[in-house]
Amino acid sequence: MSSPDLGQPTPGAPAAQVAPAASPGVALAASDFANDVGARNAREAFGNYIQRLRGGDMGALPAVGGLIVLVIVFASISGGFLSKGNFANLLTQAAPIMLLGMGLVFILLLGEIDLSAGTASGVSAAIMGLALTQGGDLNQALGTPVYVIVLLGMLAAALVAGFYRIWIAVGVIVLGALVMLTSWDQYAIPGIFVAISVGVAIGTLVGTMVAKIGIPSFVVTLALFLGWQGVLLQFLGNGSAIDVRRNDFIFNLENSNFSPAVGWAIWAVSIAAYLGLTFGRSFRRRRAGLTAEPLLVVALRGFTLAAITGVAVYVLNENRGRTVFTKIEGIPKIIPVVLVLLVFFTFILTRTAFGRHLYAVGGNAEAARRAGIDVVRIRVAAFIISGAMTAIAGIALASRLGSIPSDFGGRNTLLFAVAAAVIGGTSLFGGKGKMRDAVIGGLVIAIIPNGLGLIKDIPSSYELMITAGVLLLAASVDALSRKRTSAR
Amino acid sequence: MPDSPLLELRGVNKSFGPVHVLHDIDLKVYPGQVTALVGDNGAGKSTLVKCIAGIYPVDSGEFFFDGKPVSFSGPRDAAGLGIEIVYQDLALADNLDIVQNLFLGREIRKFGMLDEATMERKARETLASLAVRTVKSVRQSVSSLSGGQRQTVAIAKAVLWNSRVVFLDEPTAALGVAQTRQVLDLVRRLADNGLGVVLISHNMNDVKEVSDHVAALFLGRLAADVETKDVTTGQIVELITSGRSGSMGLSAAATNASM
Ligand SMILES: Nc1ncnc2c1ncn2[C@@H]1O[C@H](COP(=O)(O)OP(=O)(O)OP(=O)(O)O)[C@@H](O)[C@H]1O
Ligand SMILES: [Mg+2]
Repeated sequence: MSSPDLGQPTPGAPAAQVAPAASPGVALAASDFANDVGARNAREAFGNYIQRLRGGDMGALPAVGGLIVLVIVFASISGGFLSKGNFANLLTQAAPIMLLGMGLVFILLLGEIDLSAGTASGVSAAIMGLALTQGGDLNQALGTPVYVIVLLGMLAAALVAGFYRIWIAVGVIVLGALVMLTSWDQYAIPGIFVAISVGVAIGTLVGTMVAKIGIPSFVVTLALFLGWQGVLLQFLGNGSAIDVRRNDFIFNLENSNFSPAVGWAIWAVSIAAYLGLTFGRSFRRRRAGLTAEPLLVVALRGFTLAAITGVAVYVLNENRGRTVFTKIEGIPKIIPVVLVLLVFFTFILTRTAFGRHLYAVGGNAEAARRAGIDVVRIRVAAFIISGAMTAIAGIALASRLGSIPSDFGGRNTLLFAVAAAVIGGTSLFGGKGKMRDAVIGGLVIAIIPNGLGLIKDIPSSYELMITAGVLLLAASVDALSRKRTSAR
Repeated sequence: MPDSPLLELRGVNKSFGPVHVLHDIDLKVYPGQVTALVGDNGAGKSTLVKCIAGIYPVDSGEFFFDGKPVSFSGPRDAAGLGIEIVYQDLALADNLDIVQNLFLGREIRKFGMLDEATMERKARETLASLAVRTVKSVRQSVSSLSGGQRQTVAIAKAVLWNSRVVFLDEPTAALGVAQTRQVLDLVRRLADNGLGVVLISHNMNDVKEVSDHVAALFLGRLAADVETKDVTTGQIVELITSGRSGSMGLSAAATNASM
């Protein structure tokens, strides 16, 4: 029932209260929502889908279409593109973009933007990198003044998060700061936790500036885009990159694979869980007399997903070593990480009140406010989640690069991540988007540099121009589809 | 007069910067009665509602609910007392569907997760009780609804909860003939069920037909609070346009002061 702490009246039997027996309304109840049980068969479901497309709700279609076009184009130009090795490469190249994009979906859902996510990931990753390489002695690695400022910043962030009663963030920041004080952060897991806590602290502060103080997010994060680059330079001190290859755990994230058996096991468990959940949902809703998808549609979707991922796992489990002496096979370890986070955040967005409120704030902040939602708190929380994902993306990127150079997360990192989310179908106007958008869009975006890199004699200028073009195209689709839905 | 008022306002003042929008408003809302709140454009009707909703803080004044002093400092306060508001500028999120809008901010949860099944069922029941014929599905996104349908959703949102006082700010302004009829019937039904209803309207026929009291606002002052059966449509119009009608209404000094 509705949360008791708010002392609100529980939804009673409104029908009984509002409509006494004599009311004409009751008689209508049965027929009123006659076609409200969703599509009854697959054909109707398909019809509804076409109608949605026409209405401007394109979903993942542009991204999937773009993906297919790009694969065909690159495959026809370069023979190496469709090789097993390149497929694995593509996934590991896409992973950091996807992770950063997943965090950005939360920001974009609000109708805000975070231009600093890329360089902020450098700050989080650098703190972890320094801790790992300097025996966990951040005081030594950063120099006492900087170290103290970092800790004070985290303290401030913890207080702010506490002010908004976002206790998870308080816990993560405080615990992260405590780990910083010890030398445990020379090990990978505590080090990763420290990086995430820094990301959470950064998200808290950025979110407060945007949501509470009211500076446009564009301005705050444009300033911080530069600011974090400066901070990273400060952290690096003499300017040399931090080498994280010596830490096996971190390095293996992007550079080692699960054994084929484990890969198949992951696949089987994921597919079984997916089918169980989607079928279970359809059955349950049907039994309760609610809108439910036709089983055929659920089955088709599940089968397609199983087939595509099955082929991917099969290809990844083949030996892709270049020589007879090296054997490289299996799913890159970062991929299940991406999938777990995808499932987790999809759950947050679609099954929790927080997720619902986030969409409401993005769609109509005033309506959300009048419904009693603490709009500022929701906005800050979104920036906090994005901050955590920023750190995780930074760790993945550090693993892929093997080091944290002074331009880490700069240049086109952020553009790629925003483009990923938007191409996937997340709207720049807020209120519309899904977690999977960042994953599908991330694949599209990663294909461009990957494919171009395989073509000989192609200047690197092309990569930037083509990526920019793709983002503008996706943004146009977004803007046009918005026009279409709002034209009532 | 029936029993004691459910909701009572005493001496409410509200300014936006230098603009004094509400002057010493006294208003009583009785259970089982429809109070029509009338006044010209800009008289301050919507502002008064938003003060009760906790959207605008008041400068001074007291509120009593069930005779007990209360304050409205945020949207949850009114809802917590069982006061529901249908806003003139509809407070719906376009990107959400009907069920999601109806339960916005008060989602039903099960094991910490949204209980979509229960919410969908209750939404359907409520809409059916409002005799909503034209909405195809409760899972339709609000952006795809017509103005009248949106209005109905906004009203459904107010009656979904066991509310005790309902404010409706020009609920029929965007509606066709049939739907206006339904809303007016609903307003009456709500009152007959013991709720206190405040109906803001510019349509004197509606006011005469459905209300028990008329409270007329003139330039931010309460010109009169009379029983509907004691006044003619002409008198109400006079109260709205000049703040007084015969012996009723503001004194000449007061009307001049607010000019
Ligand atoms: N947010 C605000 N800031 C400043 N002034 C406001 C604000 N809201 C309303 N006002 C002013 O307060 C006065 C009363 O406005 P209000 O919306 O309450 O009128 P109303 O009686 O509801 O009119 P209508 O019948 O047109 O809906 C108007 O003069 C308006 O300009
Ligand atoms: Mg108004």
